[in-house]
Amino acid sequence: MPQYLMAVHGEPEVWERPYDEKLQQSYTDTAVFNDKLRDAGAYVFAGGLLAPSSATVVRSSGDDHLITDGPYTETKEHLGGFWIITAADLDEALDWARQASTACGGPVEVRPFDDDPGPTDR
Amino acid sequence: MTADVEAVFRREYGRCVAALIRFLGDIDIAEEAVQEAFTVAVTKWPADGEPPNPGAWIVTTARNRAIDRLRRESIRHERHTQADHLYGTRPETELIEEEVVPDERLRLIFTCCHPALNQQAQVALTLRLLGGLETPEIARAFLVPEATVAQRIVRAKRKIKDTHLSYRVPSEAELPDRLGPVLSVVYLVFNEGYTATTGDLIRADLCAEAIRLARLLVALMPDEPEAHGLLALLLLSHARRAARVASDGSLVRLADQDRRLWDAELVREGQSIVVACVRRNMPGPYQLQAAINAVHSAAPTTQDTNWRAVLALYDQLYALTPNPVVALNRAVVVAEIDGPAAGLAAIEDLDLGAYHLFHATRADLLRRLGRTAEASAAYAEALPLATNPTEQAFLAAQQASLADG
Repeated sequence: MPQYLMAVHGEPEVWERPYDEKLQQSYTDTAVFNDKLRDAGAYVFAGGLLAPSSATVVRSSGDDHLITDGPYTETKEHLGGFWIITAADLDEALDWARQASTACGGPVEVRPFDDDPGPTDR
Repeated sequence: MTADVEAVFRREYGRCVAALIRFLGDIDIAEEAVQEAFTVAVTKWPADGEPPNPGAWIVTTARNRAIDRLRRESIRHERHTQADHLYGTRPETELIEEEVVPDERLRLIFTCCHPALNQQAQVALTLRLLGGLETPEIARAFLVPEATVAQRIVRAKRKIKDTHLSYRVPSEAELPDRLGPVLSVVYLVFNEGYTATTGDLIRADLCAEAIRLARLLVALMPDEPEAHGLLALLLLSHARRAARVASDGSLVRLADQDRRLWDAELVREGQSIVVACVRRNMPGPYQLQAAINAVHSAAPTTQDTNWRAVLALYDQLYALTPNPVVALNRAVVVAEIDGPAAGLAAIEDLDLGAYHLFHATRADLLRRLGRTAEASAAYAEALPLATNPTEQAFLAAQQASLADG
C-alpha cells in the first residue's frame, strides 16, 4: 500500500504563542485523530517538532563536515510536524489530510513516498 | 490519416483511451496503444472497409498491441506484474472485435479534473485525453508555447502516477466538491473560444469542442442538473456567434445584434434544456446563467426583453454566487429597468478595478447620463485592460463617438 507524508507547515511564532484553550483543543483533536488513524490501520508514524531555532544543519563534503546553527531554509514558514500514513490512493490520503488539517488547525501538505519496495509493512 | 479514420479518431479517441487506461492502469501506455491501433486502421480500413464498430475495433487492436508490448518488455519487474495481471484476467481468445466496450470516460474526466491537479493541467489533460486534441492544437488554442503544454501534460500524468491518483468516479458524497472543477474546465474552454485572449474575437473550434464535452457530461451524468445547465448556457451563447461580429469584423453588443442571425436550432435546444431544468427545480449557477440567456433569446428585440425576469434570475444567481462580476451584470439589468443612474449606483462600490468590462459598463452608464468627460475617462481605463483586439477596437470606437455626441 502506498505511503504518504502529511506535513504541517506554519509560522513558528504561531505555535509558540502562550498556551491557551485553542491550543489545548488542537492537541486534544490531534490525539483523537491519531487514534482514529491507528484504529484504521493507516498510522505509521507521527510527531510534532520543536521550533526551527532548535535545528542544526550538518553538511558533508568528503571527510569535512560543516555544522551550522539554525534551520536549513531561511523562510517564514517551517515544518512543524508530520504524519506518515498508508492509504489505498491519493483520495484516501487527502481524506485523512482533511481531518488532520481540521484537528491541528494548519495546512497539511500531502506527498507520496517513492514507491521503491522497502520495509514499509508494519 | 484518411478522412474516415480521422472522423473516427475525433469521435472515439476519448472512449478508447479511457477503456485502455482502465485495462492497463497507465495513461501513457494506453495512449501509445490507441495511437498504434489508429496507425493500423489507416493501412487496413481502406482495403478491408471500416469495421461495423470502429471504436471496439480500435480498443481490441490497442489492447492486443499493448499486451504484445508488455510481453516483450516484461523483464522489468513492474511491467512483469502488469503483464501477469493481463494474462490472468483476459486471455487473448476472449478479445473479440465486436464486444461491447464499457464507457469509462466518466472515470477519465474525474481523473483529468482532479483538484490535486492545477487548472491549466486539468484543461490540457481533458482536451488531450477526452477531446483527442494533439499538443500543438492545445497550444494554439490557448496561445501558449507547445513546450509549455507538453510539460503541463507530462507533469500532470506524472503526478497521477506518483501520487496513486485513483481512476474512479467520485461517490455521491464527494460529488459536490468534485463536479465543480469538471464543469469549470469545460466552461473555461468555451470562454476562451467565446472571447479569445487575442486574435479573432471568436474561436468557433474551441466553442464546438467545449459543447462536445458538455454533451458528453450530460450523457454520462444525466441526473446532474448543472451539467444540463452548462450545456444549455454554451448552446445559447454559441447561438449568437454570427451576430456578435459585424461584416467589418467589429464587435456587436447584445442590444445591437441582428437577432435573425442567431442560430435558431441551438436556441431551441438550449431553451428546451432550460425548461427541463426549471421543471426539475434544482437551480445552480450554470442553470441560472442559462436561464438568463434563454430569456434574452426569447425576445425578438432588445426592447421586448423581459428585464424583470432577467433581474429575478440575477438575484437568485447572486444569492448562490455572491461575486462582483455577477453584481456587475445585474447592475446592467437594473439600468434597463430603473435607468442608468440606478445602474451606476449599483456598481460604484464593486472591487473590479482590474476588469475591463467593469470600466466599459461604467463608461456606458456615464455616457447615458450625459457625463461625457467621466465616460471618456472610464473608457480610457478599460482600454489597456482588454486584450482582444476586437474588444479594444470596440472600446476605442465607443470612446471616440463620445466626442461626436
